[in-house]
Amino acid sequence: MPRLTGAGRTRTLLPWRGETMVLMAVGLLPAALYFWYGAHDRLGPDPVNVFERWLGLWAVRFLLAALLVTPLRVVSGISLLRYRRMLGLLAFWYALMHVSVYVALDQQGNLAVLWHDITRRPFLMLGFAAFLLLLPLALTSNNWSIRRLGRRWGRLHRLVYGVAVLVAVHFLLAFKTYNATSVSYAAALMAMVLWRGVSLVRARIGRAGA
Amino acid sequence: MARWSYPRPSSSEITPRGVWLSRRRLLAGATLGMAVGTGPRALAEALHTRPGPFQAAEKPTPLEDVTHYNNFYEFGLDKTDPSTRSGRFHARPWTVSVEGLVAHPRVWDIDALIAAMPIEERLYRMRCVEAWSMVIPWDGFPLASLLALAEPLGNARYVAFESVVRPAEMPGQTGGLDSLAWPYVEGLRLDEAMHPLTLLAVGLYGETLPNQNGAPVRLVVPWKYGFKGIKSITRIRLVEQMPPTTWNQMNAAEYGFFANVNPDVDHPRWSQASERVIGAGGFFGGGRRKTLMFNGYGAQVAGLYGTMNLRRFY
Repeated sequence: MPRLTGAGRTRTLLPWRGETMVLMAVGLLPAALYFWYGAHDRLGPDPVNVFERWLGLWAVRFLLAALLVTPLRVVSGISLLRYRRMLGLLAFWYALMHVSVYVALDQQGNLAVLWHDITRRPFLMLGFAAFLLLLPLALTSNNWSIRRLGRRWGRLHRLVYGVAVLVAVHFLLAFKTYNATSVSYAAALMAMVLWRGVSLVRARIGRAGA
Repeated sequence: MARWSYPRPSSSEITPRGVWLSRRRLLAGATLGMAVGTGPRALAEALHTRPGPFQAAEKPTPLEDVTHYNNFYEFGLDKTDPSTRSGRFHARPWTVSVEGLVAHPRVWDIDALIAAMPIEERLYRMRCVEAWSMVIPWDGFPLASLLALAEPLGNARYVAFESVVRPAEMPGQTGGLDSLAWPYVEGLRLDEAMHPLTLLAVGLYGETLPNQNGAPVRLVVPWKYGFKGIKSITRIRLVEQMPPTTWNQMNAAEYGFFANVNPDVDHPRWSQASERVIGAGGFFGGGRRKTLMFNGYGAQVAGLYGTMNLRRFY
């Protein structure tokens, strides 16, 4: 485990028990807003593309936020651990909506095109692989699974770093050129992966030296 | 000019010119005050345009979408950048140089060029390499008319086009990650350039070309992907060797020199078999339609390529 330099105190943003449910609902607002816009012809001339990319962007944002929880605690002592599951689940919900819009609205359920896409295009294979890896993580993001899986739960959830790498490349490929948006999100995701890698190595060296 | 037998739109599908002109006149009247005696005709002849021979069979994409959903990386990567960030661009004064392997090289003043050419309207399909499409009423003249005046020499085999470099007026040219190599360059084989469908557009919807659409003059090659349509042209050079083209240099595996619309040859990252129809409105837009070989202009241009392997020369 990485050394905890901060107090590690969990702070709550809202004073009542349904807090995470409320924050989850708030987190889904960007999707709800754009769905409403799209349904009312207010997403511009290419609405499906805008909606699809919007959902993908928010999936990346929540994934990044979930990955930031531990580094933030180590560096600043502020612990948002209480919200990490919610952030991870929001990343999953956005990924699910992103994939659903791609399948139902963009490709209009054309199975031949979908099969061709996810078997031959690295861009889509990477994205789809990331989504598949998120599935077991989302399914085990509950107290029962944590109790049930014990130490294996932690190892299973290291898959999120694989997801981060896949998503970073998929995100870069979603644009015709490298640009400030794609490069900064990809770099931030990779920084989280590197940080985790360095922490693991350090912990191992620490154990070996003890 | 020979009229080609190309399917014309049924008149019910097109907003009558008078109707959208009168709409615009009402809008103008609301702000400027209605000028007495100024009928729709006066505005219609802003470019002295007349219907040309080639017309697509679809409903034109709304003017609002044609002018606010653009790829013009000189102004930025985003589709809305060209309309929001092109205000400082000056399309006048402007010159276009026709040079290279020609008998009569000339530097044209843009207004002299427009006055010298018969401006006509062409309702063309526009298929972007990003798998979306529009139908645009361009106003312009065949590139062949300009090249005929210059008289290409016998050894001229390609036409190289060059766009403008003005970082002070084009914020996308100030460098950064998303920057292409400037100037944007494009090219056509001479027979493609001489084809009557190949247009130099100086307007759309009957009015002078807006900055975001490539003012003051741009190329339109309707059977090729949109990126071939180089904007804000400053130089047209007749050459012997195939000239370099911007997107091909950026990523040769994804963007070829020919870039003919071809539903059977996919972009490595997406299918080109179908396209999203821009500006259809309604619940999440108008969905997809099948992409046609040569964007539906096969009857006119397939002969240019004979038995050429279009999968290899994409």
